[in-house]
Amino acid sequence: MLYREAGQFKTTYAADQQLFPIRQDRIGMAILLAVVFVGVPVAAATPALAGMIDFNYWFSGVLIPFLIFSLAALGLNILTGYAGQLSLGSAAFMAVGAFAAYNFELRVPGMPMLASFILAGVVAALIGIVFGLPSLRIKGFYLAVATLAAQFFVVWALTKFGWLSNYSSSGVITAQKLVVFGYAVDTPVKRYLLVLAIVSVMALAAKNMVRSSIGRAWMAVRDMDVAAEVVGIPMVKTKLLAFAISSFYCGVAGALYAFAYLGTVEPAGFELELSFRILFMIIIGGVGSILGSFLGAGFIVLLPIFMDLSAASIERSFGLALPAGLVSNLTLILFGALIVFFLVVEPLGLARLWQIAKEKLRLWPFPH
Amino acid sequence: MLRNFRLSALLGAAAFAVAGTAYSQNEQFIPMNGYWVGPYAAGGSGIFGGFIDYLNMVNARDGGINGVKLTYEKCETEYNNARGVECYERTKKRGPTGASLVHPLSTGITYSLIDKGTTDHVPIVSIGYGRTDASDGRVFPWVFPLITNYWSQNTAKIKFIGMKEGGMDKLKGKKIVNIYHDSAYGKETIPVLDAQAKKYGFEVTHIPVAHPGNEQQAQWLQIRQIKPDWVILRGWGVMNPTALKAAAKIGYPRNHIVGVWWSGAEEDVIPAGDAAKGYIAAAFNVSGNNYPVIKEIEKFVYAKGKGEMEDKSRVGSIYYNRGVVFGIISTEAIRTAQEHYGKGKPMTGDEIRWGLEHLSIDDRKLKQLGATGFMQALKVSCMDHEGGGSVKFLQWDGAKWNTITDWIASDQSIVRPMIEESAAKYAKEKGITPRDCSKEG
Repeated sequence: MLYREAGQFKTTYAADQQLFPIRQDRIGMAILLAVVFVGVPVAAATPALAGMIDFNYWFSGVLIPFLIFSLAALGLNILTGYAGQLSLGSAAFMAVGAFAAYNFELRVPGMPMLASFILAGVVAALIGIVFGLPSLRIKGFYLAVATLAAQFFVVWALTKFGWLSNYSSSGVITAQKLVVFGYAVDTPVKRYLLVLAIVSVMALAAKNMVRSSIGRAWMAVRDMDVAAEVVGIPMVKTKLLAFAISSFYCGVAGALYAFAYLGTVEPAGFELELSFRILFMIIIGGVGSILGSFLGAGFIVLLPIFMDLSAASIERSFGLALPAGLVSNLTLILFGALIVFFLVVEPLGLARLWQIAKEKLRLWPFPH
Repeated sequence: MLRNFRLSALLGAAAFAVAGTAYSQNEQFIPMNGYWVGPYAAGGSGIFGGFIDYLNMVNARDGGINGVKLTYEKCETEYNNARGVECYERTKKRGPTGASLVHPLSTGITYSLIDKGTTDHVPIVSIGYGRTDASDGRVFPWVFPLITNYWSQNTAKIKFIGMKEGGMDKLKGKKIVNIYHDSAYGKETIPVLDAQAKKYGFEVTHIPVAHPGNEQQAQWLQIRQIKPDWVILRGWGVMNPTALKAAAKIGYPRNHIVGVWWSGAEEDVIPAGDAAKGYIAAAFNVSGNNYPVIKEIEKFVYAKGKGEMEDKSRVGSIYYNRGVVFGIISTEAIRTAQEHYGKGKPMTGDEIRWGLEHLSIDDRKLKQLGATGFMQALKVSCMDHEGGGSVKFLQWDGAKWNTITDWIASDQSIVRPMIEESAAKYAKEKGITPRDCSKEG
């Protein structure tokens, strides 16, 4: 009833081609953006609410990592979900972004922070192209193995060459102070807004990109590369562009991870395990879906925290004293079980659930 | 599915409602951000077990510190930086005065918390790990790499090797191999070893082992070619027993392998079986439950059917005892702060930072704590956030760790200039003006 596009007539091509063709989606998106950009910070600034909820914890412990991992998952989704190239190197490209942004800030005096984030993305994109070259010859699992090389090479290079970490004896870098347009981003809420702005812009760009000719070429390659080549899609350009743009997104995510979240990073923090986590995010969220990247990141990043919190409070409210390792192990087991459950119930990911919900809403309350 | 979501949402709402439960005003909160799962669970569960048991013992025996009860909350970090930061953010405001101090128990998480702790005024205490140059308290007022850092430990190790060889002058021309875990932690001692090699005239070869280190054949073949006089093992987790087994395979004498303390727990040698016999490791705490402090824990905690360790035989193990050392240092810092700012009150982060900086545990105090020989005497100052710097060496006899030396002091004439240089570089990079320690009260 509420979610029905009947009566919304498109009179121009522009109206038909817009990002959210249904009015309800536009309104929903506007409300969502208003809430996250204005509502949440205003709530955090309201003393009555701030006394009840620890907003600083929510910003720096939960929301910022969620947004950053969403961006990384979005990057991988462009490559794997849209262009069909399986990659296990996302964490490596994040590492490239983090270390590149650090070095730009360190070595170029007066470098604007946003410019080093963009350049960090560009450096990651270049490295991505190099490691994307094997994709021209090999596919599927074999390609995944080739991207593993990126994963190991980057982490090795960052520990091996002292210059990259400014000769820190342990290879650890400490991000410089975050200053954007002469404005110090030093509180959790400011960092949240900065990350949110960057992630929103890049997510919108991605949403646009996948509908453009580039996105359609990616999907053609994903669905059948031989056919795509026959209809005249340039294979080299399309595949390498997918690697470049995907790595750009991961690189920016890595720079944000270092500058807006952890503050100090070491190469060992960008291990294969992180790449796997990002891959799981898109598998659970939905392969080939922008929304899915956010849902998947939410699932992988937030659920363990949430379960840990619930376990602690259940333990407290029932006065239980469980053996130390038991709770941690149980949450891990439960988390694994939930992943299996969701994949069995909805192999196409959480984004597909949302799509089904939308279709149901369209018919509601008169399903036929 | 929807119902599932609703159920979990309800549970979540309940969780947050309960998370904000009222606490008594006369409590001192200490977060326990550790790890009980994953590849390093042996270390995490042992250390935090000893730590928590010690706090509970103090509560049961003395009713807390001058009447202030010690409380804690566990948070699972999985040895993962992102989770560690989340745990820190979650627990930093708990209790009447917020988190007293944080033991991240991971070098990576320590690095991530240095800035945050400094901004939020929460002392970051990293005992036997973490950022070495944070020993310079002028640049790192909020970071306390107490007792011994990696560089100090390394100089003590070279001294020990010198002792075994019959004098430091005998080190000339000797060959030492440093086989290390290829990570920030593993690489940390390379510069200090190079400096000592130059000073004493021995030859050092650094051989990295990729994480996690369960494949070391190539490295030990290289060691066989080099034929070193001593091997320094800088491992972590599964890398340690693998190294000992590989050494046995090429016939390298284990009593010429000297490990760091993260390579020297029961969990590191038992999996290697007989191959570990004779292996030597550095330690800032000893194993065994023959110390009054452990007896007290057994009396006040375990005898009442409580206690963190499910497997009671782990009480008195290296990791467990290290946790007790963490407990002693944390409570003594709080006590020192109380003596200055008012007894019987919960202390804030600023006050505990003062307490840590003025922490002094002398032999008399150690005796009072029942920890003579269990840990070393300690004196922290604004300049020196390390405080101790000595290590003992333990040798594995196939069943237990035996102490084979007294406390061996480190060589601060090598370490301190390197720390100051590195800290000054950090200060310059971050735009920090070092404190003037003569003006600190």
